[in-house]
Amino acid sequence: MFNENQLNAIDTVINDNLIEAGLDNVIFMDMAGNAIAKHDNGKNRLDSIALAALAAGNFAAVDAMAKLVGESEFSLLFHKGEKLSIHFSKVDDETLLISMFNKEISLGLVRLKVAETIKQINTILASD
Amino acid sequence: MALINVKTKEVQIKIVYYGPGRGGKTTNLEYINEKYRDQIKTEMVSLKTQDDRTLFFDFLPFDVGQIKGFDITIQLYTVPGQVKYNATRRLVLRGVDGIVFVADVQKEQRKKNIDSLNQLYENLETYNLDLFNMPVVMQYNKIDLKRSDIPILSSKTMQKDLNSLLQAPAFEASALKGGNVIPTLKKSISMTLASIQDQLF
Repeated sequence: MFNENQLNAIDTVINDNLIEAGLDNVIFMDMAGNAIAKHDNGKNRLDSIALAALAAGNFAAVDAMAKLVGESEFSLLFHKGEKLSIHFSKVDDETLLISMFNKEISLGLVRLKVAETIKQINTILASD
Repeated sequence: MALINVKTKEVQIKIVYYGPGRGGKTTNLEYINEKYRDQIKTEMVSLKTQDDRTLFFDFLPFDVGQIKGFDITIQLYTVPGQVKYNATRRLVLRGVDGIVFVADVQKEQRKKNIDSLNQLYENLETYNLDLFNMPVVMQYNKIDLKRSDIPILSSKTMQKDLNSLLQAPAFEASALKGGNVIPTLKKSISMTLASIQDQLF
C-alpha cells in the first residue's frame, strides 16, 4: 500500500513531467488493473476504470508472449491511432504507467518524459 | 490484493467468477449489469470470440457505498472457461481478492467442474495464493434444468465433488433467469470485505 506522501509525490511528478508536456491522459496503475493515480488535461472524458482493466490485460498478455518466445520482456508497447496513441511502460514488478497523447506530440518525446517519470516514481516508492 | 488508496479514500476489490466453459459466468455478470444499472458507471466490457465465447475476460465495476470513510468499488471479472485458454485465465487471477466458482450441474459436465476447480487451485498457487485461505463462494448453476429431460447432478453430489474440503457457502442458481445470482454476489462481497477489513485500519 502506498502512503499519502508517496501518492502526493507521484501526482506531482506525473503532472509536472507529463501533463505539463501536453499529454492528454496518464494512469498510474497496478498489474491487477486498479488505477492508483489518474491525470488528464481536462479536455476529454475517459472511462479510466475500464481502460485500466483492459490495459492490465493487454500488458499481461504481451508480457506472457515475450516469455513464450524467450524474451524477458518487450520493452516498447505502443498503440498508434489516427488522433490518439497509447504508450505502456512498466514502472516496477507491480505497477504500470499508461500515457495517452495526441498527434501533436512525438513518440520520442513521450518516451523520454515517461522514462524520466518512471525513474522519479521508483525513487518515491523506494523512500518508504 | 485489494487496492487501498489512502489519499482518494478509495478501495478497489477484485472478485473473479471462475469455472468450466459454458457454465454461466458471463450470464451472472450480465444479470448483475442489468439489475444494478444505476450503480454501474461504465459499460460492461466483454472480450469475446465471434461465436460469443469469452476470449479474455468480462469486466464490470460497481460502487457499493462507504465503509469506514472509504468508497468501495467492486470489480467483477470472469475468466474464459474453455480448457485451451488457461494462460489467459491465469492472467485474470492476478490480484484477485475473492472467487465465485460457477459450476455446471449437468451430469455430463461433472468432470469439467472438478478439473476446473483443480486448475484454479494450481493457478492461484502461481501467485502464492491458497484457495483454502481465500473467500470462495460456490454456485451450482443451471438448476432450472431439473424441469427438463437433461440429467443433472444433485446438490449433494456437487457438494461432495467440489466442496467437501473447501466447505464454502454454496448456492443453487439459475443465472439465465437471475435465480440466486444476487445472493451469490452479496455473499462473495461480504466475505471478501471481511477478509480485507484488517488492512483498512
